[in-house]
Amino acid sequence: MSHKPKALVLFSGGLDSQLAAVNISKVQGIEVKLIHFYTGFCITEHKRRLGIPNKDGKIPQNPALKAAANLELPIEIIDISEEYINVILNPKFGYGKNVNPCLDCRIFMLLKLKEIMEKENYDFIVTGEVLGQRPMSQTKSKLFIVEKETGLKGFIVRPLSAKLLPETIPEQKGIIKRELMWDISGRSRTKQINLAKIYNIDYEQPSGGCCYLTDEHFAVKFKEEMSFKKSLNWDDLSLMTVGRHLRLPNGTKMIISRNEGETKFLSGFKNRFDYAYVENKAIAILKDLSKEDIDYIASIMARYCGNKPTYVNISIDKNMIKKIAEPLEDDIINSFKVGVESHVR
Amino acid sequence: MLDDIKADIEHNVCGTYCPIPISELSNQIKQMQIGQIIELIADDPGVVEDVPAWCKATGQEFLGIYEEDGEFHAFVKKVKD
Repeated sequence: MSHKPKALVLFSGGLDSQLAAVNISKVQGIEVKLIHFYTGFCITEHKRRLGIPNKDGKIPQNPALKAAANLELPIEIIDISEEYINVILNPKFGYGKNVNPCLDCRIFMLLKLKEIMEKENYDFIVTGEVLGQRPMSQTKSKLFIVEKETGLKGFIVRPLSAKLLPETIPEQKGIIKRELMWDISGRSRTKQINLAKIYNIDYEQPSGGCCYLTDEHFAVKFKEEMSFKKSLNWDDLSLMTVGRHLRLPNGTKMIISRNEGETKFLSGFKNRFDYAYVENKAIAILKDLSKEDIDYIASIMARYCGNKPTYVNISIDKNMIKKIAEPLEDDIINSFKVGVESHVR
Repeated sequence: MLDDIKADIEHNVCGTYCPIPISELSNQIKQMQIGQIIELIADDPGVVEDVPAWCKATGQEFLGIYEEDGEFHAFVKKVKD
């Protein structure tokens, strides 16, 4: 009985993954399904949650969904955010420049694809990886590590660099043709941009900047928090993507909203954290609250909510107290800031 | 015109944001029969673009969307497995 070959494409919606999908589906004529994993750390998605529009005033759209619609290729979006925490906290192959566990991330996603491949009878997996483009995950030796760790040796096709890599099983079987793939390597994007013109592909510029884990400000907050807690949960990580972060002298972590979108976002944490707020101004989530920091909290809220004597509401263990506070001096606040200047411990 | 559509399934994803509403829509569609209609209710304004984009990509039929009291009601008909 003949089986019509089909492939899964690991799809971010960036130019490289679009080209990979186009090569296999439109150039080679193979049926594909695009798979986009939701990790919870996409900057575009987070902007949307905070109500931050694009420069053109429009709501940011998920790049994978937008690209799939343009290419008219079926896409599945899979939420892996809960399981993904373990990848971030315990990366076997360590972090890149910030807290980006790129190699472990790649292995984790490919293992997920392998599950789908086996369950839904797909023949192989396609990625938009380019040899030598990213030092953490896309050198030849790293690509081989990924294949070994996932047990997918021969089943991962990388059309952009295929001619520079060993022959894969679908090539050996004649399902896809090597000569129809490319020989791209390195960090230059010239060849991809030219191919985008040929295949009429729309893509975001600049590329490769959609993951919070590669953001240095996020990394500072992550490392600071780990030095206090040793282990983090989803709330801890989610809170790192928003607000002004302060570590107070007695250990309280204070995260203050800077605009309406952040106030709305942080308000969603009120049911599981202590918090402080000034009516119609700002909210601060208080983690690991030390009661000796309460006067600081009130004074910091006063500073950021009008910079004048202010009534501040503070909810501690679900009990609300109200304090009138004078604004705290900026020099002192700056010494508490995480990631800007050294903070008091 | 959307008032005349009778959905077979109503799925409320209010409180979730991109791309969870689409992931939920996809999961629901998988369990539906061809010809059935789903009404997805969301408060993420991005669904206005996301739902038609998802339909275009996957080949399902987008019937329309309206807003009422800050909630978006999107209608999709399953036309293929």
